[in-house]
Amino acid sequence: MEIQFVLNDKQVKAEVGADTILLNVLRDLGCKSVKCGCETTNCGLCTVWINGKSRLSCSVLAASIEGESVTTLEGVEKEAAQFGEFLADEGAEQCGFCSPGFIMNVLAMARELQNPTLDEIKEYLAGNLCRCTGYMGQLRAIKKYIEVKNAEKKGGKEE
Amino acid sequence: MLTIGNYVKAKTPEEAYELNQARSSRIMGGMMWMRLSNARVKTLIDISGLGLDQIEETEDEIRIGAMCTLRQIEQSEAVKKLCGDGIEEAVRHIVGVQFRNQATVGGSIYGRFGFSDVLTAFLALDTYVELYDGGRICLAEFAKKKPDNDLLLFIVVKKKKRQFRYDSIRQTKTDFPVIACSVSREKANGQETWYFAVGARPMKADMIEKKWSVAKDASLEKIEEYAALAAAEFKYGTNMRGSAGYRQHLAKVLIKREIMSILSEEI
Repeated sequence: MEIQFVLNDKQVKAEVGADTILLNVLRDLGCKSVKCGCETTNCGLCTVWINGKSRLSCSVLAASIEGESVTTLEGVEKEAAQFGEFLADEGAEQCGFCSPGFIMNVLAMARELQNPTLDEIKEYLAGNLCRCTGYMGQLRAIKKYIEVKNAEKKGGKEE
Repeated sequence: MLTIGNYVKAKTPEEAYELNQARSSRIMGGMMWMRLSNARVKTLIDISGLGLDQIEETEDEIRIGAMCTLRQIEQSEAVKKLCGDGIEEAVRHIVGVQFRNQATVGGSIYGRFGFSDVLTAFLALDTYVELYDGGRICLAEFAKKKPDNDLLLFIVVKKKKRQFRYDSIRQTKTDFPVIACSVSREKANGQETWYFAVGARPMKADMIEKKWSVAKDASLEKIEEYAALAAAEFKYGTNMRGSAGYRQHLAKVLIKREIMSILSEEI
């Protein structure tokens, strides 16, 4: 069957089977940031936004997103690059394989929670696994990123 | 591996129900567990277009559509007002936000999974399910029924003044619980009733009720006695996460903590 949906603000079409998974369709459409990790909904590598909510594309049937809006890392490159600088500053990346899904969920959290505590950040990101870093660098990066974003919102842009 | 022959987005509950009568048809919830199953599904029925993704509040009940996500009930003000932090506590450990944005309340309840936090939590509340064919039945009765081809439409929680607590033990964050317990107390017409639900035993959750009058200043020994009595009424099993004996021990501890928490609350 043919489905039509909005991918990163552009209308796209794809030919899918009844059991085709969204993750595979997105990769076929060129969104290579979307990775397949565990395929059991635990690792968060395949995180995308569907209608603005972070979801796991390894468990979404492509047929079910007819008419919906999907955003991948390719659709939020500017924001992702900004947060990526904080990750780099904290030495928070090693192999980088988890980063696309991780960044998508961090950006979703930054939109949803105004000023999250460390516990709230940990809880929000519990579904994003990183086997290299131990998370400490990432948590430092997130705290600093959110501080800067909040300062920007208040109009007092920090260096 | 899951293979699907046809995908149909139902336009009415009637259409979904009729399609589901074929033996090889299945209703699609959040697809979290079905996706991991080994099955050949001839017709997969998507009910996301039936308007079952809303939480409605009336004067005497909260009506949760079967397609509401776990994240919706975690964040619902109406649910929080009725249940305190209990429902939030029951679902916040379930994998991550992305998972909870996708997993549905209907999928959790209809599946009657042994590990289900959601079923365990709602059992200790005055909860009913609304089925397309079977009408409204109480959740405890539904939990005991064998899965059939009916269509779950709503989960209904009656607005009774129950003090409600939920707690669970996990070996690691985001894992299935080793044990999950919910406790509630209702006082009506001078009668005090306690409801205890224990899940992840690892069999599916069950619920008992006790007409106990527990004094606000009950001693720790007395509370431990009540907790031991309640925990002993459930059957437990052994799997890789824990033995039956360990689970019963943990159930007693969690029930004790929940009773103490309820007794300490000013009402």
